[in-house]
Amino acid sequence: MSPLKIKKGATSHSAYNLRPNFSDEPETHTIAVLVENEPGVLARVIGLFSGRGYNIESLTVAEVDHTGHLSRITLVTTGTPQVIEQIKAQLGRIVPVHDVHDLTVEGPSVERELALLKVAGQGEKRVEALRLADIFRANVVDSTLESFVFEITGTPDKIDAFAELMRPLGLQEVARTGVAALLRGKE
Amino acid sequence: MTRQMTGAKMVVQALKDQGVDVVFGYPGGAVLPIYDEIFQQNDIRHILVRHEQGAVHAAEGYARSTGKPGVVLVTSGPGATNAVTGLTDALLDSIPIVVLTGQVPTFMIGSDAFQEADTVGITRPCTKHNWLVKETGNLAATIHEAFHVATSGRPGPVLVDIPKDVQFATDHYSAPAPARSHYQPQVKGDMETITEVVEAIEKAERPVFYTGGGVINSGPAASQLLRELVQATGFPITSTLMGLGAYPASGDKWIGMLGMHGLYEANMAMHGCDLMINIGARFDDRITGRIDAFSPNSKKAHIDIDPSSINKVIRVDFPIVGDVAHVLEDMLKVWKARGRKTNSESVARWWKQIEEWKTVNCLAYQPSSGKIRPQHALARLEALTKEHDRYITTEVGQHQMWAAQYLGFEDPNRLMTSGGLGTMGYGFPASVGVQMAHPDSLVINVAGEASWLMNMQEMGTAVQYRLPVKQFILNNERLGMVRQWQELLHGERYSHSWSEALPDFVKLAEAFGAKGIICDNEADLDDAIMEMITYDGPVIFDCLVEKHENCFPMIPSGKAHNEMLLGEANTQGVIDAKGSVLV
Repeated sequence: MSPLKIKKGATSHSAYNLRPNFSDEPETHTIAVLVENEPGVLARVIGLFSGRGYNIESLTVAEVDHTGHLSRITLVTTGTPQVIEQIKAQLGRIVPVHDVHDLTVEGPSVERELALLKVAGQGEKRVEALRLADIFRANVVDSTLESFVFEITGTPDKIDAFAELMRPLGLQEVARTGVAALLRGKE
Repeated sequence: MTRQMTGAKMVVQALKDQGVDVVFGYPGGAVLPIYDEIFQQNDIRHILVRHEQGAVHAAEGYARSTGKPGVVLVTSGPGATNAVTGLTDALLDSIPIVVLTGQVPTFMIGSDAFQEADTVGITRPCTKHNWLVKETGNLAATIHEAFHVATSGRPGPVLVDIPKDVQFATDHYSAPAPARSHYQPQVKGDMETITEVVEAIEKAERPVFYTGGGVINSGPAASQLLRELVQATGFPITSTLMGLGAYPASGDKWIGMLGMHGLYEANMAMHGCDLMINIGARFDDRITGRIDAFSPNSKKAHIDIDPSSINKVIRVDFPIVGDVAHVLEDMLKVWKARGRKTNSESVARWWKQIEEWKTVNCLAYQPSSGKIRPQHALARLEALTKEHDRYITTEVGQHQMWAAQYLGFEDPNRLMTSGGLGTMGYGFPASVGVQMAHPDSLVINVAGEASWLMNMQEMGTAVQYRLPVKQFILNNERLGMVRQWQELLHGERYSHSWSEALPDFVKLAEAFGAKGIICDNEADLDDAIMEMITYDGPVIFDCLVEKHENCFPMIPSGKAHNEMLLGEANTQGVIDAKGSVLV
């Protein structure tokens, strides 16, 4: 069964697959939404998720095309395939949404997240934290005699793993940006 | 063409350029500049309603009966919040309306100013789209875009919030140019899937067309094509409440409305079919009943202009995203090109089965015991008005279902009713809007006394503009549908479901300067109805009916199509614990 390509607005194609393989197993999908950069557009997207009871695990948004007034929202959500299809279709019908891409379906894609972690400690723990940061290629962006702030970039899994390791070493605070993602290849 | 003008003048100019002839509204501080412009022109008629909710429902009635967008103009704060019910109603029933609201001046937004409300915030989830215009230079283009969005794709309500300083300031006016919009929903269906549906049509043994409001929204051509397809294939057709009239009730393939209070034969056909062709309907829960027992043995095709409708509730085999008229045209073309084949022998057997179901005579009701049966009142209304150029609006409840069951709709755009939201108080203002659009037609609002009282203030509007709307109130002194559910579900404990301290409707009519008629027995009914329809002016018809009549057939909550209740017998304990949590 071939996926139908639905035209959305003036853009070429979208991520809707009207004949998905329905299962009841929840899946995690990364969805990229290209939107008109107008006031309230993020509220529309978030309102859709809260109003219809969908999950948002991570959401990032920033203007990506200043002259075209376009912003890109990257969100990670979990649901059954039927719910994921609904989410994409509901996103697609928001008027200022230009394009919806399910990077998990259209993939392969690269996903990156940036995190800042504050780790406080002295003596051996402090040395161990620095050693692990080196292994994870995290940078020290702030340092006192009793603390570090590490900057780490990677997949959400990598950041989870790093944060887990820092916990016994004096992890104080974590700030994460959420996932940014792009399809691999030239398309 | 660009020229300089104030924002307020732009509003009026933009409405003119969009072909608007009527605006329903209510003035207030934040829209005074626009009202000043309305005062100084004669092209657009402004109808002063008595409550902003009435303005929106009137615009819905206007839109639904003409196919053109309805326009509303209200003030900031309470004006906008009063419009919210109407906006939500229009969203759920896909009715194109454009609501213009005043707003406090831009430099006061956020200061909790007098009559300030976050209108775009409040109405974001109940509009298809909305805008806050902060610069006069963008105002005209935004209004044009609003009309484009309201009427393109799946129609719906839109709102433009206009701060007062934007109305006063002067800038360039830009004329309509819809091509600029990036919002261009797909109207052509996928040919491959259409061909697959045609193949299924050729082979189907027990097919049924299940049509909805999308056919009517698609325009007269869609209804015409639907009729052609139904007649050519000879397949039975049923419809949702919102789709009544797309195929004529007198048509020989018509098997009646389906759903919770639909006809026995229609629901049984839906349950037993092997091919279901959903055209512009959305598998609403009033239609499907129990999802896991919904039409278990059928292949399902679904034509809908909104991709999010597809696979939302029911998983379908042939999804087609597109406009009904476009898809039906292609479908007919393909079917004709392939030799106009159907499995006529099997379909004839299927019809025989349907005819058998029809003999159940599910709309039969007990003869009168002195009091007027509400079903009988509607049957007489039908008999006495069906030859007229007639538009029907309804409120919400038992009377609404009886109207759908006992009145015949021969053409699209003739029934205005609140389907998705179930808004009590919809019908009267909607009848005002319909009568504005069709001044010479017979416009009847079939009402219950409780619903009708929710927006009765619009009598003032009807009398002021000499709109001869007929308010046909089936008065059972009860919230009939609530009472029915309490009887079936809550051990006949009738908690707050009766109407006490009702007004004398005849005196009420007279107090407004209209005509009141009361009828409490069958013998006088016909004469009273004739008096209502021949009177040149608004009428309140107080039809005192049997108080404890239930609306049947009924699919109880949580049950399947083939588990319908047909009458008074055996209705206790029919809704189990699982069903009782459903509405």
